[in-house]
Amino acid sequence: MFITMRRSLPREIQAAQDKMERHARDYGLDFFETIFEVLDYDELSMFAAYGGFPVRYPHWRFGAEYDELMKGYAYGLQKIYEMVINTDPCYAYLLASNSMMDQKLVIAHVYGHCDFFKNNAWFAPTNRKMLDEMANHATRVSRYIDRFGYETVERFIDACLSVEDLIDPHAPHIRRDQPHPRPVVDPLELAEDDDDGATRFQSKQYMDTYINPPDVLAAEREQRDLKQKAKDRARSFPESPQRDVLRFLLEYAPLSPWQHDVLSIVRDEAYYFAPQGQTKIMNEGWASYWHSKIMTRHGLTDAELIDYADHHSGTMATSPGRLNPYKLGIELLKDIEDRWNKGKFGPEYDACTDARERAHWNRDLGLGRQKIFEVRKVHNDITFIDSFLTPEFCVDQKLFRFEYNEVHNAYEIASREFPAIKRQLLDSLTNHGRPFIHVIDGNHRNRGELLLQHLFEGIELRQDYARDVLENLVRLWGRPVHIRTLSDDKPLTLSFDGHAHESVVG
Amino acid sequence: MTRGIDNDFNRFKQIVRGKVRENLKKYITHGEMLGRQGRSIVSIPVSNIDIPHFRHGKKGSGGAGQGDGEIGQSIGQGDADGEGTGQAGSEPGERHFREVEVSLAELAEMLGRELELPRIEPRGKNRLSTQKDKYNTIRRRGPESLRHLKRTYKRALKRMISAGVYDPENPVVIPERDDRLYRGANSIVQPETNAAIVYVMDVSGSMTDEQKSIVRTEAFWIDTWLRSQYDGVEIRYVIHDAIAKAVDEDTFYHTKESGGTRISSAYRVVRDILNDEFPSDDWNIYVFQFSDGDNWGEDNRLCLEILEGDLLPVCNAFCYGQVESPYGSGEFLKELRTIQAKYDNLILSEIENKDAIYGSIKQFLGKGK
Repeated sequence: MFITMRRSLPREIQAAQDKMERHARDYGLDFFETIFEVLDYDELSMFAAYGGFPVRYPHWRFGAEYDELMKGYAYGLQKIYEMVINTDPCYAYLLASNSMMDQKLVIAHVYGHCDFFKNNAWFAPTNRKMLDEMANHATRVSRYIDRFGYETVERFIDACLSVEDLIDPHAPHIRRDQPHPRPVVDPLELAEDDDDGATRFQSKQYMDTYINPPDVLAAEREQRDLKQKAKDRARSFPESPQRDVLRFLLEYAPLSPWQHDVLSIVRDEAYYFAPQGQTKIMNEGWASYWHSKIMTRHGLTDAELIDYADHHSGTMATSPGRLNPYKLGIELLKDIEDRWNKGKFGPEYDACTDARERAHWNRDLGLGRQKIFEVRKVHNDITFIDSFLTPEFCVDQKLFRFEYNEVHNAYEIASREFPAIKRQLLDSLTNHGRPFIHVIDGNHRNRGELLLQHLFEGIELRQDYARDVLENLVRLWGRPVHIRTLSDDKPLTLSFDGHAHESVVG
Repeated sequence: MTRGIDNDFNRFKQIVRGKVRENLKKYITHGEMLGRQGRSIVSIPVSNIDIPHFRHGKKGSGGAGQGDGEIGQSIGQGDADGEGTGQAGSEPGERHFREVEVSLAELAEMLGRELELPRIEPRGKNRLSTQKDKYNTIRRRGPESLRHLKRTYKRALKRMISAGVYDPENPVVIPERDDRLYRGANSIVQPETNAAIVYVMDVSGSMTDEQKSIVRTEAFWIDTWLRSQYDGVEIRYVIHDAIAKAVDEDTFYHTKESGGTRISSAYRVVRDILNDEFPSDDWNIYVFQFSDGDNWGEDNRLCLEILEGDLLPVCNAFCYGQVESPYGSGEFLKELRTIQAKYDNLILSEIENKDAIYGSIKQFLGKGK
């Protein structure tokens, strides 16, 4: 297998790279060494299908992705212009058939990404030597395939991929409690005291309240309940709901060593890619901000202006049902720059209620550039939107909130109010708009069954998908698996025991 | 050296074709990509395999968007992807797409390859032929516009070398009058193949917009394929409820009536069109009928009569696509099944939803008729 096709860059592109790199540095961008390679579409599609890496473990889903990219290109629907991966040194791939103007634009764009990868806090814990790590994963999986058979390994990977998003993206950044080892329960202790009623003496009915005083009985019952609860607690684990389902499976599922390794590979890669999902808007916005700045100030020749405008506006195009992260990101960054240049922030500005005065507010602070550099360092998409989205910006950018209308079977514009839009944006960014799933109990009903909980926040779980995931989870866990959720405002438990599905309401 | 991606790709193809891993079959999606052809939108089938994840359902879902529009204005069908923000989640790498254009001929070719459609053998009856000029010979005389530059210079070079005036140090070749060669045309007689397509659609109240959009997508692909197979293609449209009429394309897709359904009325109109315009000796005739299968009970007998007597004998293929609708009974398909065994040019297909379009096109055109 080849790692990369080390080809020297065409001189023209090398010159463009040197120039763009110089401009990027002059503006204060700070990046790892960036290595550009020029690929034809076939190669670029392969890299893209592999998530930007030259080598990944064998799996059909990469083939599917490749097929789609190649088809899109063959039918002339879409075309990838560039790819860049978060490694040190940074690798970026350019499409050979791009015009020189396109190459300059994407080179400038890539430097934006590289700076973001290196400096944004959310990328800090990622493995910058992932190129090697991915190749390493590929070798390990290939070895298992040789030993256990293609289909066996593939089926297992399919099951792992079905739960690959059940990770805790914040885990690399904070210290959570170490999960407790599986509790050891003394069977003798559990065996004793197994009768279920309270201690009751025989008595005539009229004497009953004296011989068996109700308050004593109640106290006794309470005692026993407490004990029972303690017993249950001792049997069930983890102590508190755990969001990193993959880690829980790695720790407790009865996996053979190779399965354990494959699952941990899937989990590692999921954690590696997670920050890119967390910062899509900012990352694209930041890169677009810099390609636009560098190209319009320094990069363009007169002849290229129209092509540049066409390409740039194509990238920034919006459509009603889809929020373009490039557009939202660059506009919000520009807005922040403008506000900090003019001093449109702080208590004095916030207290001002006169719309005219607010609109013409200008304290000539010139802090804009400094501010956006700070923003790119500490924020992710959620905190970015939460901190900087303003009502004025929403009106300016014609943002709206839409929702699904069951009667019309259509998505309809629901609101143009600031709080509604902001809330919706934050909702759809939180956990990528996906349901929160936690492990509640790894010894459910004291039968070693796995119980998951869907944290219901207003949107129901898609049940057909959920059932299929349960089937895959049973393959990993080896015992029946349940998930608790809400449907039509009633609690619902979906279960799969390896043979049949069950759903219990209430 | 085989690349990893080729192995992955082949594996994927095998799964999609159902050769291995049968249990994944239910996850195979026959999606479509939307492309532009001039001003119209075209759809290209793309298969993929869904890996199930815990996901939100549609109920209670929504998102944030950008653009003009009043409150309450619809921005898209509910069956679109629910992830409104376009967040592909942890989409690996950072990449960057743009759209470009595509030609119809390429589309047809790709469709044929994708669905493994056989080339159509035009029927032997056809007698139409056309003369075509093909420029495939060389002449000594001709108009200057047809001068064959390369041959002329080669000839001049030959002459100069044999005359000994050619100097390799100063390679100048000067053609003279006699060196000039011209392209010449041969007339060849080619049989011309023409096809007539008649689309019939039920526009009674029971057909909803969703059913119509299925018909539209399917008709687009049928057109594209048949156009690639024949020199000339004529298309007619017939709509019917209790009465039928021939209409233009736009009316075909946009009419909505509320009446009952009498399919025989449409068959009569089709019969008249075929008799008047498309004699079956000269034309390859295709009839595609789309309906939700509702018909007035006493009409079925009459339908079969016209079908067996007048239509099936002249058609290359008579294709009936039954679109599943919440209101239709689907009875008519059963009627047709009773005579299906007798005619191999009667092709029936059930189209449950958008995903089934793919299979249905293959059923209609897969026989190579």
